[in-house]
Amino acid sequence: MKLKGKAWKFGADIDTDAIIPARYLNTSDPVELAKHCMEDSKTPDFMKKMKKGDIIVADKNFGCGSSREHAPIAIKTAGVSCVIAKTFARIFYRNSFNMGLPIFECAAAVADITEGDVLEVDAESGVIKNVTKKKTYKANPIPPFMQELIGAGGLMEWVKKKVA
Amino acid sequence: MNDGPTRRYGPYENTEKHIMPMTITEKILAAHCGKKEVTPGELINAKVDIVLANDITAPISIKEFRKAGAKKVFDKKRIVLVPDHFTPNKDINSAEQSKLLREFAREHKLTNYFEVGRMGIEHALLPEQGIVVSGDVVIGADSHTCTYGALGAFATGVGSTDVAAAMITGEIWFKVPESMKFIYKGRLKKWVSGKDLILYTIGDIGVDGALYRAMEFTGEVIDKMNMSGRLTMANMAIEAGGKNGIIAPDDTTKAYEDGRAQRKAKFYKSDKGASYVDVREYDCSKIEPQVACPHLPENTKGVSELAHVKIDQSVVGSCTNGRIEDLRIAAKVLKGHKVHPDVRMIIIPATQAIYKQAMKEGLFDIFVDAQAAVSTPTCGPCLGGHMGILAKGEKSIATTNRNFVGRMGHPESEVYLSNPAIAAASAVLGRIGSPDELK
Repeated sequence: MKLKGKAWKFGADIDTDAIIPARYLNTSDPVELAKHCMEDSKTPDFMKKMKKGDIIVADKNFGCGSSREHAPIAIKTAGVSCVIAKTFARIFYRNSFNMGLPIFECAAAVADITEGDVLEVDAESGVIKNVTKKKTYKANPIPPFMQELIGAGGLMEWVKKKVA
Repeated sequence: MNDGPTRRYGPYENTEKHIMPMTITEKILAAHCGKKEVTPGELINAKVDIVLANDITAPISIKEFRKAGAKKVFDKKRIVLVPDHFTPNKDINSAEQSKLLREFAREHKLTNYFEVGRMGIEHALLPEQGIVVSGDVVIGADSHTCTYGALGAFATGVGSTDVAAAMITGEIWFKVPESMKFIYKGRLKKWVSGKDLILYTIGDIGVDGALYRAMEFTGEVIDKMNMSGRLTMANMAIEAGGKNGIIAPDDTTKAYEDGRAQRKAKFYKSDKGASYVDVREYDCSKIEPQVACPHLPENTKGVSELAHVKIDQSVVGSCTNGRIEDLRIAAKVLKGHKVHPDVRMIIIPATQAIYKQAMKEGLFDIFVDAQAAVSTPTCGPCLGGHMGILAKGEKSIATTNRNFVGRMGHPESEVYLSNPAIAAASAVLGRIGSPDELK
């Protein structure tokens, strides 16, 4: 699967309150949540500016704070094709694989990419191509178990296969 | 090596000699996946004792449960649903979410569904009711599920989908975390409590200093600490990125669980020679009350450095510091004083039992006489839900656990985290300060 889009850069410790503020948690409707994606971040008008396929590129500890699955749901439904970060907070990491938001850890990519760069990501190999800067980076390999989850189609599908 | 007074309570489970000594976290996980030993990095499938969710996270779990075609839950006694975030419901959408929980609980005859008027803030309620016990594996669709580590359980926050899967299978996969050991030595200064120690620790290692790791809290100060302080410390392990926080059970744990625990508790402790990826020691005698400044829990300063910060609101409550011990401290500070005319103070007992106890002890008289507002149990303002939202430019001091941008309301409001004594003193002073500054 090839993911392609413009890079939107964010700093370190982007927390779940920034990704989807609690005032919107009175719904679990993905479409409603997506409208407010990144609303309390440094780019509050993210949803006005981004295009389907665009990629969030962030520093360390992306998705820290709450366990709210609403965060990766909002990002995925907003049309963000994937998130590249130096590191991910552990509950967000787990949630993303559970519900099928592709995420990649790549410090080199984060250090080099500028907002606006056009990126192409090969989800299987984790190779990130910076089309604008004509460079490539290699993300940390996705652990085999997480690949199994993705291959099954997410955690619930994996569970169904197991209990079948 | 002696970490403190010899624990007189036993027996402890799984103390036979192993090829490899294990930490308490490793032992609990090994016991729940039927293995003699586990090592950090290993992937396991663990049986879960308790599965928890609340009014904002359970709706997604329930949807996933139904979408998977599941017909019944793995054990109707072990799934706990607590509507605590936006309750008593603050708007129609929140009411619809709570309704989903209610209907699911009825459909599956869940023993542990807590309606408004019976509920409390989940992480205060579950230990109080003895629903979680030492030696448990507990997962919750709420990041502060790590609170129960104070009882010597493995407890961690997960997402709604993980909870949905566990509701069906009674199991969850884990990667065994490495453990970090924190040793707290010396004596606590006046007004310094578990909240200050955990804030100090997060300030030391950073909001991802314990990423994916178990935080094991030990030392003479922990040995002497009451359960309320221990619950506060374990509660904020997630704010350092920790997978779980944990305190080995001892006489204090036994005394807390006697007459309360709904199931048999199992006591584990770390072996001498167990491996830790990091060991740190703190001399608590040097620590003054801590305040985490906007907008990260790691942005800590001593309270004495913040006298210039005026506040608009003070909140005492939350799963972190909403217990009777916390309310007593707030009352002790407030007694005979009035909340500053420019400040709103909101006090939220964390459960109905605590509410009643506080009323009985005359604490509500002190609070109301001081011109503070007293609320029914709810998470309320902690996550910017209701019961004390901040306007643009406003500042609140709070005994809560997070202060990210917009946490308690407007993105241009600010939250300072502290212990109850500091929150109460600051309410009177109209600025951040200590009880020793009150006349």
